[in-house]
Amino acid sequence: MIYTDILIIGGGPAGLSAAITAAEKGADVILIERDDILGGQLVKQTHRFFGSKNEHAGTRGISIAEELKSKVFANDNIEVMLEGTAQGYYDDGVVTVSHEKRYKKIMPKKIIVATGASEKMLPFPNNDLPGVYGAGAVQTLMNVYGVVPGKKVLMIGAGNIGLIVSYQLMQAGVDVVGIVEAAPKIGGYLVHASKIRRAGVPIYTGHTIKEALGKESVEKAVICELDENWNEVEGSEKELDVDTICLAVGLKPISDFLIQAGCEMAYVPHLGGDVAIRDENLKTTNDKFYVAGDSAGIEEATAAILEGEVAGLSAVIDIGCSEESSENDRNEAKKQLADLRRGPVGKKIREGLKLAKEGKNAGKNRYSNIS
Amino acid sequence: MTQVDIQRKEEVFMERIKNHPILDFKREEKVTFEYNGQKIKAYKGETIAAALHAAGIKQLKHSPKKERPRGLFCAIGNCSSCLMEVDGVPNVKTCVTKVEEGMVVREQKGHGDL
Repeated sequence: MIYTDILIIGGGPAGLSAAITAAEKGADVILIERDDILGGQLVKQTHRFFGSKNEHAGTRGISIAEELKSKVFANDNIEVMLEGTAQGYYDDGVVTVSHEKRYKKIMPKKIIVATGASEKMLPFPNNDLPGVYGAGAVQTLMNVYGVVPGKKVLMIGAGNIGLIVSYQLMQAGVDVVGIVEAAPKIGGYLVHASKIRRAGVPIYTGHTIKEALGKESVEKAVICELDENWNEVEGSEKELDVDTICLAVGLKPISDFLIQAGCEMAYVPHLGGDVAIRDENLKTTNDKFYVAGDSAGIEEATAAILEGEVAGLSAVIDIGCSEESSENDRNEAKKQLADLRRGPVGKKIREGLKLAKEGKNAGKNRYSNIS
Repeated sequence: MTQVDIQRKEEVFMERIKNHPILDFKREEKVTFEYNGQKIKAYKGETIAAALHAAGIKQLKHSPKKERPRGLFCAIGNCSSCLMEVDGVPNVKTCVTKVEEGMVVREQKGHGDL
């Protein structure tokens, strides 16, 4: 049995930030990450971040990952388990982890779940053909391994991810044939959209993908217009010559571990799906568990880093190994989060967070047979 | 589009990206592995799926029931669309498993036998 103060599941922006914050306050931390590198999705984000003045604005995602990683490895209070996967939580407080071909038992005082998100799928005929990728997969292939996904790409979704990945494809020399967006207007920031439009890539708003065509892999995509009730407009079909269809249609939180641990969950569409009900300090209904980052609700990396700080500080405060400054630091991090979520852009998140706090639409019964 | 852009575009297809405005890809040690009996060259540090992609192979498996072709989808070990038989072990997530010298990678039949 391995004893520790805080176990953090997930080595992305939220988990790294939680580990650094808690360890700097003197807590012993074990950080497990299923990949063989730390950084989560930051390692493929070559664009410069927006966000608040304090939080990495103007820095590329890949550089933020490096910065967080070096802080983690420099801290003696943090033990990193790479290629480790949390398998389950037991009622006696033990978390089992597969790591280095062994099954390990960890007994932490507190657990922070920062497991991130997975990509949403879009239903259309032949969406399972090789050549249909999630946007994250395209980024991984291209920005981590330097391999292009194909020659001609149709992007589905004009939110920030769809726009940014389109631009990254163009930087890698790939032809982006068009961007399809079901909503009547572009969802992402206009700065990104303008860069792409200036390069001559059409953005088809009020359109959807009707089907993919191809035998062994994608050869064509059929798109069509949508009317004001989101119904397909007959006769508006257009065939596009593409070998790659990239889906940037949103993310959903990876909540499995929280559900298995018996945390009460709520289905909150604003946050991407099932999220743990939690208080403003990111503590769930299970006294041992905290959430941070995309697994707490889909936002972006800047919010994940701040949530990691809040969750890390909450865990430290609750186990009583904190300095007095922890409360102040937590208030400061919460204030920065509130600033980040201000204004019309943050409206959806604010509404979602309210629901996740109140536990409205709680899906408690949906999981009662599991926990 | 300038002449240089066009040239660059032709270079990258079915190959690894050589010139990137932001990223610098470190490719040092070469390895050779086997895919369905065919020898494939790759670089150490690449995943099996990335190396196959770079060699122009997009189809990684067939669905067990309807035998529909399947390829990479999430590339981070979430979705199981890339499962293959690696060194005799079925259901290996090739999108998160690194290539190694002499590795034998095969398309698996159905759910795979242990």
